[in-house]
Amino acid sequence: MISIFPSLLNGTVITFKLLISSMFFGLLIGLFFAILRINNNPLINKFAYGYSYFFRGTPLLVQLYLIYYGLANIEFLRNSFLWVIIREPYWCAIIAFSLNTGAYTSEILRSAFQTIKEGYIEAAQSLGVSKKITFYKIQIPIAIKQSLPAYGNEIILMLKGTSLASVITIMDLMGEARKVNVLTFKPFEAFITAGIIYLFLTFIIHNIVKNLEKKYGFQT
Amino acid sequence: MELLSFGDTGWGDELFFATLMTIAVSIAAMAIGFVFALIFTPLKLSKNKTLNVIGNCYTTIIRGVPELLVIYLLFFGGTGAVMYVASIFGYDGYIEINAFITGALAIGIISGAYSTEVFRGAILSIDKGQFEASQVLGIKKSIQFYKVILPQMLRLSIPNLSNVWQITLKDTSLISVTGLVEIMRQSYIAAGSTRDPLFFYSVAAALYLVLTFLSMKIINKLEIRFNKGY
Repeated sequence: MISIFPSLLNGTVITFKLLISSMFFGLLIGLFFAILRINNNPLINKFAYGYSYFFRGTPLLVQLYLIYYGLANIEFLRNSFLWVIIREPYWCAIIAFSLNTGAYTSEILRSAFQTIKEGYIEAAQSLGVSKKITFYKIQIPIAIKQSLPAYGNEIILMLKGTSLASVITIMDLMGEARKVNVLTFKPFEAFITAGIIYLFLTFIIHNIVKNLEKKYGFQT
Repeated sequence: MELLSFGDTGWGDELFFATLMTIAVSIAAMAIGFVFALIFTPLKLSKNKTLNVIGNCYTTIIRGVPELLVIYLLFFGGTGAVMYVASIFGYDGYIEINAFITGALAIGIISGAYSTEVFRGAILSIDKGQFEASQVLGIKKSIQFYKVILPQMLRLSIPNLSNVWQITLKDTSLISVTGLVEIMRQSYIAAGSTRDPLFFYSVAAALYLVLTFLSMKIINKLEIRFNKGY
């Protein structure tokens, strides 16, 4: 039991790296598409809706395979400089996870944008604050505060999602657990230890988000 | 397009049956999940501390651990556990559990945790007067649950159960790692033998989109039907 711990901890570091980078890119993508979603132009609107519909309607595994196996099939991409990125399973995983969490984040932020009270925007307008500054200084901060609880759930879902990276040969926590299982034929020890580490991570994320909510929580 | 034709040359019929398999696993998992939810919801709502902890442990652990982990645990551990039990009864041969059963059970345990939360929320949002009124009328506890609470609970939980269904449907793609031939596994096989992963995984994505789209339509219809009297 103790002997398998170091390798699992190595895997935990990889899992953590995957989570942090995909949450970072996912937040940027999500914010971008949320802004497109509240745009009045129907074409832009439909495009953003299509993006989130595709990534929320298909399993993460399909998206991962599409990017890891599928993109390598395109001759044009293989000859371009992008090949350096998409031949690495690690980057493919980050791309897939970021796009996936970006879709969910965009929905969370969109609903937050839409529930902002008209009064705030009107108040800003009557004070002569320009539209741009109203958006950056009032709408975005309120939206982020309001979506904290839902976003916390999304982080935990993504933590669980990173376990799929093990399917494309990345040795994250799940991959290490699989290796231990294959080497020792002790499935219960390997997977239950990994499960405890995952639970521990979930617990930490849950508490951090809860504290943030208390600190910055938005009361209407 | 000829890659998708039915018959020996194309993959159309294989993918069609794989889609049916995905639907079958999802429905079986959802049903198993309901059984788990109906067991654990009363535990979570009970006033007894110990029962409460058991109910909370189930939902917290299952929702905090990757789906893949539950599947691996059942797939690799399940065979060993069954063989161990069999060896106590004097059977020492190798027993292989059906991939369908393991998969449906694993996904069922996961969807059960989500359904439990949904049912709990639904029961809590039923008007307290309903419980009191049925008590005043002298209705027995068990009948009160089946005739008064359960119908209202189901109606209130349909919107959230549709989310659980979507999650379950997408989670079934993970069973492909254990070798059950559903959409994902079939596309993997097809992609491997034709060396055209881009095409087949796009087909798989499209199939999942069709499934989620159709189920949304059906659930919306159901919702309208169940809300008729309100």
